[in-house]
Amino acid sequence: MNFDLSDDQKMLADQAKKMLEQYATPDRLRQLIDNNDDLDQPLWQALSELGFLGANIPEAYGGLGLSAIELAVVAQELGRANAAVPFTSSIVLAAKAIELGGSEEQKDHWLPQLASGEITACFGIAEGAGQPLAKLPSCRFDNGALTGTKTPVADASITQLAVISCQTEAGLGLALVDLQQDSVQLEALNSFDELRGHSSIRFNNTPAQLLTGDAQSCISQVLHFGAVITAFEQIGAAEACLHMARDYAMERQIFGRSLASYQAIKHKLAQIYIHIETARANALYAAWALSNQADDAFEAAATCRISALTALENAARENLQVHGGIGYTFEADCHFYYRRERTLATNIGSKSFWSQQLIRHLAA
Amino acid sequence: MDFNDSPEDAKFRTEVQQWLAANAPTYANASTLSEHDYVASAKAWQACKAAAGYAGISKSPSIGGAGRSEMQSIIFDAEENKYDLPLGPVIKIGEHMVVSLLEKHGTPEQIEQFCAPTLKGEITWCQLFSEPGAGSDLANVRTKAIQDGDEWVINGQKVWSSWAHHADWGILLARTDPTQVKHKGLSFFVVNMKSPGIDIRPIRQISGESDFNETFMTDLRLPDSCRVGNIGDGWACAITVLTSERLSSGEMKDSESAKRLIELAQQIDTDSGKAIDSNAVQEKIAYFYSLEQGQRNFHSRLLSDFSNGKPPGAEAALVKYIYSNRLQQSAGFAMELQGMNGVGIHPDDSSAATFYESYIWSTAMRVAGGADEVLLNQIAERVLGMPAEIRGDKNVPFNEL
Repeated sequence: MNFDLSDDQKMLADQAKKMLEQYATPDRLRQLIDNNDDLDQPLWQALSELGFLGANIPEAYGGLGLSAIELAVVAQELGRANAAVPFTSSIVLAAKAIELGGSEEQKDHWLPQLASGEITACFGIAEGAGQPLAKLPSCRFDNGALTGTKTPVADASITQLAVISCQTEAGLGLALVDLQQDSVQLEALNSFDELRGHSSIRFNNTPAQLLTGDAQSCISQVLHFGAVITAFEQIGAAEACLHMARDYAMERQIFGRSLASYQAIKHKLAQIYIHIETARANALYAAWALSNQADDAFEAAATCRISALTALENAARENLQVHGGIGYTFEADCHFYYRRERTLATNIGSKSFWSQQLIRHLAA
Repeated sequence: MDFNDSPEDAKFRTEVQQWLAANAPTYANASTLSEHDYVASAKAWQACKAAAGYAGISKSPSIGGAGRSEMQSIIFDAEENKYDLPLGPVIKIGEHMVVSLLEKHGTPEQIEQFCAPTLKGEITWCQLFSEPGAGSDLANVRTKAIQDGDEWVINGQKVWSSWAHHADWGILLARTDPTQVKHKGLSFFVVNMKSPGIDIRPIRQISGESDFNETFMTDLRLPDSCRVGNIGDGWACAITVLTSERLSSGEMKDSESAKRLIELAQQIDTDSGKAIDSNAVQEKIAYFYSLEQGQRNFHSRLLSDFSNGKPPGAEAALVKYIYSNRLQQSAGFAMELQGMNGVGIHPDDSSAATFYESYIWSTAMRVAGGADEVLLNQIAERVLGMPAEIRGDKNVPFNEL
């Protein structure tokens, strides 16, 4: 047993961290919000040039063919920086869905473009309030065209391609749709996360093609894969919150001594640390289990999702709290994580959905 | 990252599994034994392991160990824990703490006298550390050791000495110089528990059992050869003992596991189906499971770091913190899940009664080996680098406190 990242993986993490510190500075994030911009284009470009986007896409389709662990390492740094890029939508969800459910031709056509970042894709399975897969989508695929509404879809306004769950003659399906068609209407939603846009997409007899694989199994695999990679994004963000709170408390003097010297603050942060480290241990195991097709890979994915949700929820809330009044200002950085946390807590199914998944895996 | 064994370790695991399959069943009834029989069985099992080269697996052959890798020691423990074997503190204190202590601080004579016999189960040990006024603040011990020629005269009271009434020897932390500041005036001794001047009284616990004792020492005389380390080095010795405890998951039985809660919830009726179908119940159990796995995976991570040459630091504290809190919460939840039946269980229903035990035992675990609050302080200070507590005893001689 060896529970450590390899030297190459550590180098990759370090490289990603340094690059993100340079691009996604807190001032850059404030600028994007002020400009109402949901995409940090220079950052996306840099991620593409360094090969990070194609890390986990097979070499045959233009990627680097590295394991889920390498992708996870990059996700952790994107989470730490609270980056405004469609990494989860395009790489973790859409590209994975195409890789798992696409025909040879579909993979040949789309994966190299997604790996290079030349085009980006979103992943739409929600139709209003409710958990993923709760019922058959009302969005219909008939005669090579899609009709219906998906809402909300993250990153739809900044991506060109969409992977959409739909109802077909045979039941559940996954359709690939070019969003740059006249019959596609996008409506911007009021997105809680100011650095990740959400839209409604309305398809009106829009030409599309189905992924050829079994949609049910494909969606389930994509969600479990997404749970693991997102856990790393959450861990990176939670660690950023913990360090921010610690550094602020160390600097801040209150009643004649450091705020960090109070047990109320020390214990609060120690507990956040505990949640982060258990989430990390679970996520590392899950990433390994996933890349090695271990028997308990799905169970491990659901487990790490629950740990990571808990870790970031506490870290994002308490970081702002430790900052006191300053945490409520736009100039402080706490709010980026406070808002992003809610995106990550709901984007691929919330705690109740994953608790149900986990209990089903365990009871099986 | 690789969770599979290396070829060499896989071979070792197979050997161990075969050896355990042949030898463990004779001793694998520990939870059914009386205390007296448990101790006898624990010593016999240790002797059986020692004869086969499985005692002190990673300890140096110079002190009677098998000289294997840390990973192989971890593998043996994991396989051994699959059986209901007598592995309580009566053996573990000696095998882990005392042997590590003497290897680092003991004289060649002490090593020869104690290490190999301890690893063979011939000598059992207890810890004489805590006192009524020295728990979390262990350096506050008041038990006095006064030098009298070639001997030491010990007077004082120790508490929470696990299984002291079954131990042959004890490790004792006592104050030799009250004019020094707290941590500096301490020295360390080994004590024959059968010596005159020792009075062991069992403590009646809230569980109804008496795992722990009070130990009174009145004019107990020890030869100077029982002193471990230099006079005044007692605190360093105590730290060696406490650090050797860091990686052991000790009393952390895998009880109240989420899988048991699922089985329970599958049987319980509510007005909207079985309890397991309630999302509130699912969320609770899933959360407990995530902690259970987190504790396990984090512990594996520490062991893996250790086997790669990185000794555990203060972060190791979180294993016990999670374990004891989860045990309390999940046992409490198991009781609630059953409604009133959770507090009024039929005497024949032994499985459900373990929830009682866990709910009670968790309170001991939240205090023993570092109370929650001490562990959180350790993590905040030593891992996160936050300021130490403001102290009233710094640079003040002990007798002026």
